[in-house]
Amino acid sequence: MKYSFASLLRNAFSYHENWQSAWRSPEPKREYDAIIVGGGGHGLATAYYMAKEHGMRNIAVIEKGWLGGGNTGRNTTIIRSNYLRDNSAQIYEHALKLYEGLSQELNYNIMFSQRGVLNLAHNQHDLRELSRRVNAIRLNGVDSEFLNPQQTKAFCPILNVSPNSRYPVLGASLQRRGGTARHDAVAWGYARGANNLGVDIIQNCEVTGIRQSDGRVEGVETSRGFIGAKKVGVVVSGHASVLADMAGFRMPIESHPLQALVSEPIKPMHDTVVMSNAVHVYVSQSDKGELVIGAGIDGYCGYSQRGSFPIVEEQINALVELFPIVSRLRMMRQWGGTVDVCPDASPIIGKTPVKHLYFNCGWGTGGFKATPGSGWAFAHTIAQDEPHELNAPYTLERFNSGYLIDEHGAAAVAH
Amino acid sequence: MLLIECPYCGPRDETDFKCGGEAHITRPEKPADADDQSWGDYLFMRTNSMGTHYEMWCHSHGCRRWFNVCRDTLSNKIHAVYKMGEPPPRVDDPTRSRSQ
Repeated sequence: MKYSFASLLRNAFSYHENWQSAWRSPEPKREYDAIIVGGGGHGLATAYYMAKEHGMRNIAVIEKGWLGGGNTGRNTTIIRSNYLRDNSAQIYEHALKLYEGLSQELNYNIMFSQRGVLNLAHNQHDLRELSRRVNAIRLNGVDSEFLNPQQTKAFCPILNVSPNSRYPVLGASLQRRGGTARHDAVAWGYARGANNLGVDIIQNCEVTGIRQSDGRVEGVETSRGFIGAKKVGVVVSGHASVLADMAGFRMPIESHPLQALVSEPIKPMHDTVVMSNAVHVYVSQSDKGELVIGAGIDGYCGYSQRGSFPIVEEQINALVELFPIVSRLRMMRQWGGTVDVCPDASPIIGKTPVKHLYFNCGWGTGGFKATPGSGWAFAHTIAQDEPHELNAPYTLERFNSGYLIDEHGAAAVAH
Repeated sequence: MLLIECPYCGPRDETDFKCGGEAHITRPEKPADADDQSWGDYLFMRTNSMGTHYEMWCHSHGCRRWFNVCRDTLSNKIHAVYKMGEPPPRVDDPTRSRSQ
């Protein structure tokens, strides 16, 4: 059913009790043309674009928990494409362009709000790096502008730009097309879109093994039995190394806890997104009025989906220094996710040593913003058995050839 | 907050320490003969265990000495702390773990 004013009106007469579910919950078939392991935003987007752009219909998405219950539902929902490297700019900008039309395309309101994203500079080095980035980003055709402290203050009045502060604001870069979206809605919208194109979405089904013979994939062992597949795409973020281990190869990935928190809801006071890579604090205000605050990763590996307290303390220190107005605000919820960090802070999207087994991982702390672009490129990679030009550089082999896409310290420490 | 038992100083909060990543990774013995594959494996490939994990820590705000820790990455339980050069202790852990 198409969501529209007419359908809203029609359902109002039955007290909204007869809305049909947004996707089916089918029993797994014996075999599929392709299986996507991981029902987060990236996996569902992949299935959607495989069905829509490449005409594949016999596809399943397998999720061990519930849709979008991993990092898709745990991030701070920031979307931007102001990356330094050419390869990064292309894939993140493609994602941002898809986001711009996504609510219409999916007939599902993802609440995409282009409220602008500010990246702060706190010292002379930050300032030079930021100016360089603004210029590099503009050369790649992505919008970006430089703001001095007064312009920054005008754009975000609650920001403390005093020269006496612990983290003085010496300038900022602004991407006006950046912003936030409802992260659950992105997963649900893609799930509904994929379902309407015939994709089977199977929840509560954990992959326990990857069956292969003669170096090619045959299917996956799951908690609900063996499911055959001609092709398997794995998009499991923090658990990429675990799945790679099942398939018999290693990944250059380390999984770290990354946490975020939200405050109690307050009246609208912050209508943009402020990021400070140097002090690891990322702040926006949700439509419900909560401040959504992202932190840095723990310095050690972990799959616990909960972060350590010192990180929260550090993050709140920086928050109060940058926004003195929030000093008496209480925090309401705090949670963590498991992020898959690559040595060069760029993802791996492509083929693996096993034929017809594909991996999409290593998005680290910043995968949400890339969801549509990642799905788009990965769908092409699986359907055509060769990478799309967007993800061609993002191979696993780059860690042997040395062709790294170094986003560390440039732009990608953030979400 | 992890409570880590430094083998030289005793138990301290995790903020005293810096994690140095996976332990027991050995540099190619003859660097000049190592090919791209083995350099890539040495520099970048990681076990990244879910469960029992062997890693290096440095007591950076204390004695500044390095040592090894065997920790469960799911529960954060520390099974053992041992000095550099000592063999990794074997842990019979009921949680999922992969061979180290």
